[in-house]
Amino acid sequence: MNAIEPLPAGTKPLTLYGVTVASRLLLGTARYPSPQVLSNAVKASRAAIVTVSVRREQARANAGTRFFELIKALGVRVMPNTAGCRTPREAITTAQMARELFGADWVKLEVIGNDDTLQPDLFGLVEAAAALVKDGFKVFPYTTEDLVAAERLMAAGCEVLMPWGAPIGTGRGLANPYALRSLRQYFPGVPLIIDAGVGAPSHAALAMEMGFDAVLLNTAVATAADPVRMARAFADAIAAGRTAYEAGLMEVRDMAAPSTPVADTPFFDLDRS
Amino acid sequence: MPLDARKRLNVRVNGDPAETEARTLAELIASLGYSEGAVATAVNGDFVARGERGKRRLAPGDAVEIVAPRQGG
Repeated sequence: MNAIEPLPAGTKPLTLYGVTVASRLLLGTARYPSPQVLSNAVKASRAAIVTVSVRREQARANAGTRFFELIKALGVRVMPNTAGCRTPREAITTAQMARELFGADWVKLEVIGNDDTLQPDLFGLVEAAAALVKDGFKVFPYTTEDLVAAERLMAAGCEVLMPWGAPIGTGRGLANPYALRSLRQYFPGVPLIIDAGVGAPSHAALAMEMGFDAVLLNTAVATAADPVRMARAFADAIAAGRTAYEAGLMEVRDMAAPSTPVADTPFFDLDRS
Repeated sequence: MPLDARKRLNVRVNGDPAETEARTLAELIASLGYSEGAVATAVNGDFVARGERGKRRLAPGDAVEIVAPRQGG
């Protein structure tokens, strides 16, 4: 495994499909300026899981082998995705090819329904999830905040859900916090990972404070001016957000309430009749 | 050599038209210079496992996908 620093005191570990995971940050491996920066960013993020993909390989290129060697050297668990698939059939075949290549039965299931928003085709997603679960996969569906879709995915055999924060690559953070909060409250015992749209460490910290179990992100780290330092910033934010959630956040109020004791305030009785 | 060994098949490999003397998926992969353990394959949209490639005979017009690990989000 990745060289993991101890979790902040008292922070509960995350369990996904029966596997205890030492970090609540899942990191994508795409769009880094170089393989070395990717490698250093994964280490700095303290992520225990990274996402990968499969793509057409040119004859004699061996690009895939070189990339996989780099990932293997990091000692992290890989989760292949089905990015770019538009139908359940494409996603299922892609997942099967990825399982053979990576020797991993975890799959980040994407069935894309719209080119502009890259939002999931929830109907195709449920269909593909059911088929892959039957085929022995541990499915991590990239979904929206839709509660009914979440129920269907769980009925199909998904034990983890990955609702989007905002469309992939937008960096807008949690676009619909009300619906995400509802989802969190409705499924208190289901691991929920915010996947996509997270642009800043503060977005990730907010997701963790809201009680989400983990955050999956890529672009915000990979395209930062200094991806390695940004990876560390996200790791710190996620750890802080989780600790805060477990510590129990104060209740939000509409009216002010003094923090300094009111009793024995000097001059307290002078200007009041 | 069987008679049909000289006949060339027109297939598609990773989206591009290709002519091949290969008769099976395993032969095609070897003839193109791929290392068999480094790639995964599908024909006409269906996954073909590594151990099945030798049995998967090619037909004219088959669309072959040959993929490898890559960066992903």
